[in-house]
Amino acid sequence: MPMPGGDSKASGRSRAGAIERRKPPAAGELAVRIAGKSYLDAAGQRHEVLGEVRFEATPGEVLALLAPSGMGKTTILRIVLGLEQDFEGDVQLPDGRLGVMFQEPRLLPWLTVGANLRLIAGDETAEIPPLLAEVGLGGTEALHPKALSLGMARRVALVRALLGRPAVLVLDEPFASLDPKSAAGLSQMISRAARQEGAMVLLSTHNLDPVLGCADRVLVLAGKPARLAADWPTGARTAPANGLAGRVFKQRLLNQFPFLGAEPAEEAP
Amino acid sequence: MIPPAARLRLLSLAAFLGLWWGAALLAAKPSLLPPPPAVLGFVWRSCLTGVMPWNIGITCLRVLAAFATSMLVGSAVGYLAGRSPRADTLIDPWLVILLNLPVLVVIVLCYIWVGLNDVAAVLAVALVKMPTVMVTLREGARALDPAFDELASVYRLAWRQRARRIIVPQLAPYLAAAGRSGLSITWKIVLVVELLGRPNGVGFALDELFQTFDVAGILAYGFAFAALMLLVESLLLRPWERHANAWRR
Repeated sequence: MPMPGGDSKASGRSRAGAIERRKPPAAGELAVRIAGKSYLDAAGQRHEVLGEVRFEATPGEVLALLAPSGMGKTTILRIVLGLEQDFEGDVQLPDGRLGVMFQEPRLLPWLTVGANLRLIAGDETAEIPPLLAEVGLGGTEALHPKALSLGMARRVALVRALLGRPAVLVLDEPFASLDPKSAAGLSQMISRAARQEGAMVLLSTHNLDPVLGCADRVLVLAGKPARLAADWPTGARTAPANGLAGRVFKQRLLNQFPFLGAEPAEEAP
Repeated sequence: MIPPAARLRLLSLAAFLGLWWGAALLAAKPSLLPPPPAVLGFVWRSCLTGVMPWNIGITCLRVLAAFATSMLVGSAVGYLAGRSPRADTLIDPWLVILLNLPVLVVIVLCYIWVGLNDVAAVLAVALVKMPTVMVTLREGARALDPAFDELASVYRLAWRQRARRIIVPQLAPYLAAAGRSGLSITWKIVLVVELLGRPNGVGFALDELFQTFDVAGILAYGFAFAALMLLVESLLLRPWERHANAWRR
């Protein structure tokens, strides 16, 4: 699969290990070029987790990282977030904010919902009430996270990720343990953050259906160590996912990667 | 209505006073074991002359200075040791030495090296107390949740916000524990330091009373100061601890 890339001068922040840069991506793009990632276990044995994973994203694009659990999706997201520094390759981030939704909500339990959000929002606190209302959590600002159900806490974490119009939005398994209706709602919010506010969204998932409604491209990880096996445009912007083209795309994906259709074991967030 | 637990406490306290009073009557030697009214009388008289409030006030200032120093330095060093294994390796031998040095040695050396003054007194007490604060805060820093550090790093929080909103709330139970045990140790050591080398304060007063075998005076100072420290703990430290831990409930 060819990958989009620009020829203009690279800008933004970049980081990490052995840097190999042939085609600099356009300014304001997200460029991930992982050549490999391994770790030493307690016995001193080296385990390869990731092989070559290279992709780029332009503003407004939604990329879905698809793979069964345990294939290194979260590792890739952590590399993009700068939380994993020990890998071969480099990551270039556009200027601007990062928004993240970890698998677990990660709200600070000693702060109220409102204080959790204000801590991240900086000067943009006016965004908080409408965003909370949109995820059905209006009026919860004074509550402590302990008073929320897991589903509610994850929605607060989503609001936190969306605050301040992030340039890159990283969502780790955002659809896990959501019912189809909430998943569709979340899928819409993700689309809007990308289309209207120009965020580059990178999300990981093993649920195919909600992703096909919002992702512009699907990146499939396969093999051991996991490498990028496919980078396919979904056409979600032009055709609805439940229309003919969407169903054909899904079938093509499942034919090529049957493991994506297997009912996933629900990950405990 | 008094709650049953408080009533039991009061009953226990009354039993202590009764036992003391009874023993004093039986012994019939007020110079060795004065009855409660004699002790209360001493407190009253020396409050009127202003001697006791003056001595207690001076001791309180020393306790405060030593407590603040040991908490500030001990917390900072303990935090560093808990966060960085290298710092921990560097600091650990010092900790072992300080923890095992007899209190008296520290006090005497401080007086010899720094001089017979308040700086030496406060330094000695702070040095004795610091290691336990360090150990407690090191545990606290080791228990910090890395997930929240990641959150702070992704959202590029300023260090001030990290400290105030992420680190300190997690350290609060450890700070409270170090503070509470710290206060009770500090004031007890301050008395020894005063006894050994200060011309005022509760420790100095106790020394004088010891020279004259004034048991009523010794008991009066002992109870008055202990009561004051208990008051500080229950009116300041415990409410703060409750406030810091409110989110857990």
